Amino acid sequence: MNLHEYQAKEILNSFGVRIQRGKVAQNAQEAVDAAKELTTETGTSWFVVKAQVHAGGRGKGGGVKLAKSLEEVERISGEIIGMDLVTPQTSAEGKRVHQVLIAEDVYYPGETETDEFYVSVLLNRGTGRNMIMYSTEGGMDIETVAEETPHLIFTEEIDPAVGILPFQARRVAFNLGLSGNAFKEMTKFVTNLYTAYVKSDASLFEINPVLKTSDNNILAVDAKVTIDDNAMYRHKDYLALRDIREESAIEVEAGELGLNYVDLDGNVGCMVNGAGLAMATMDLIKQAGGEPANFLDVGGTADAARVEAAFKIILKDPNVKAILINIFGGIVRCDRVAQGVIDAYKNMGNINVPIIVRLQGTNADIAKELIDNSGLDVMSATQFQEAADKVQQVLA
Amino acid sequence: MSVLVNKNSKIIVQGFTGSEGTFHAGQMIEYGTNVVGGVTPGKGGQTHLDRPVFNTVKDAVVQAEADTTIIFVPPAFAADAIMEAADAGIKVIITITEGIPVADMIKAADYIKGKDCRLIGPNCPGVITPGEAKVGIMPGFVFKKGTVGIVSKSGTLTYEAADQVVKQGLGITTAIGIGGDPIIGTTTKEAVELLINDPETEAVVMIGEIGGQLEADAANWYKASGSKKPVVGFIAGETAPAGRTMGHAGAIVGGSDDTAQAKKAIMRDCGIHVVDSPAEIGKKIAEVLAQLA
Repeated sequence: MNLHEYQAKEILNSFGVRIQRGKVAQNAQEAVDAAKELTTETGTSWFVVKAQVHAGGRGKGGGVKLAKSLEEVERISGEIIGMDLVTPQTSAEGKRVHQVLIAEDVYYPGETETDEFYVSVLLNRGTGRNMIMYSTEGGMDIETVAEETPHLIFTEEIDPAVGILPFQARRVAFNLGLSGNAFKEMTKFVTNLYTAYVKSDASLFEINPVLKTSDNNILAVDAKVTIDDNAMYRHKDYLALRDIREESAIEVEAGELGLNYVDLDGNVGCMVNGAGLAMATMDLIKQAGGEPANFLDVGGTADAARVEAAFKIILKDPNVKAILINIFGGIVRCDRVAQGVIDAYKNMGNINVPIIVRLQGTNADIAKELIDNSGLDVMSATQFQEAADKVQQVLA
Repeated sequence: MSVLVNKNSKIIVQGFTGSEGTFHAGQMIEYGTNVVGGVTPGKGGQTHLDRPVFNTVKDAVVQAEADTTIIFVPPAFAADAIMEAADAGIKVIITITEGIPVADMIKAADYIKGKDCRLIGPNCPGVITPGEAKVGIMPGFVFKKGTVGIVSKSGTLTYEAADQVVKQGLGITTAIGIGGDPIIGTTTKEAVELLINDPETEAVVMIGEIGGQLEADAANWYKASGSKKPVVGFIAGETAPAGRTMGHAGAIVGGSDDTAQAKKAIMRDCGIHVVDSPAEIGKKIAEVLAQLA
């Protein structure tokens, strides 16, 4: 589950990670109130208005702006809330902004220059351990840094038996070129950040930038946090942090029906059991001259109710010109699935796109007979290639 | 010969009396697999499916000489089940459970390091040596005995590949489902290595998917090994968009090096017979075996 910046920062703060303080607002008036409170609490007189959407690169799309007065807070918040923010990570239509974070100004002048770093915590799949990845090049796209100046990216792998060790935190601070109070603050920052990552069951922490302020404090100016969905049962309080406005409506609906669905741009819908076979089926659709309209894993029980639910989800997409059902019946018998398809088809009554059903495995022959004798406009296939050929045929 | 499991394996089922465990243990026994008992804490001393139930894996090892386990324990308790099996001296730990928190698997993977055991999975269909032992949730009838080894991250795609191989008049030595999670016990490389070193296996089918470096590692190992046994490869997810998880927690394109295209290019460079269409796996394996003969 992805979190908003303001939610991520609240979690970090609860583990003693210093953050750029702020308050979330749903409209311009709330934004002004938030700014006033923030001045009382922090003494800040300038504010940063930050669009809260689940996408990176918000600044590039005009979703992060400096406000030097309450009037500017009101005007800028009014502009940002309700806009469709387009960033390098959103679609061309952008993402609707429903709320902004009013944050304190942390780039104030002082005894030293400010400096920005990059720090993330994530799983190293190669070693099966968590690692801290960090760089002197903060505030930049880390993929660009990795490509152009890979020697400026460092990693610190954490032994799960002992957790982050003091020498590792020191090494991070040394490699970032810090000294004095900033050095001490960075060791604290990194140690607490790692603790927060583990205790919150996160699968990604990305803090970009981490700021060294002019008075040598270290704090998180932005925060991207992803929580491991499989561990949500340990964090019931995080359930309230889910913002379904940030998710595709059709994917949310599919999820509620127990279907694993990802919306894509193509013209051939598909319904498959198993994630690997579903991806392979998408690939086959492409090779048959179509484009997959979705990823859909119906899981182990492909009965009539489930097939019908899947049909409904797929048919919501007006671009779908054909549907390929590909089920490998192992424990589920193909004849049951075939009957499910027939029943669902009859129940729906108004399916206007050609359907190709490929059933293989247990009782595949009986299943094919059922489909062929159903009198419905459904084509049957038993071999994978045969199914692809039929997709090609209906698209032609 | 075969790898990992055979007719002499002494297999227990952890989560034996639960609904999943009961159903699949029943299927395994029906297949002829040597299931010597099961473990459900608190139900030790009972009999289930005509087999003894033990409180601990240690009891099963001591009393029934168990050397292999299959785990159906729910996600919240699965990592503990893996560690219990490793501690008790089980040699092959096959974990079917899907949805184990990554943090739990980091711990379990670390705990079993240095212990004399091999973890398969989690989130996998299991392992089958046709005619000898089905230690998994796969439909046994699809797998006929033969000389082709299969390594795959996915369940139904493994069945699909096995079916295509069998339809070519060939068969399977052992099919290993390694699982689709970010952290798994046995990597593609390790599974391919087992099969390449198995004298009975004449060719290997290696099925991967987007995300991670497992297939590239396996391909590089294969090239370095200098093995003459042909490997046919397929990578699912060429049409999957970057940054989206496709069903399996591990199936997500992170960078330019873990796309299907990138993996296939590396595999080809390493001498693997890569097919672009998932419908051609069987045909390709028949072709390379014919060339061998």
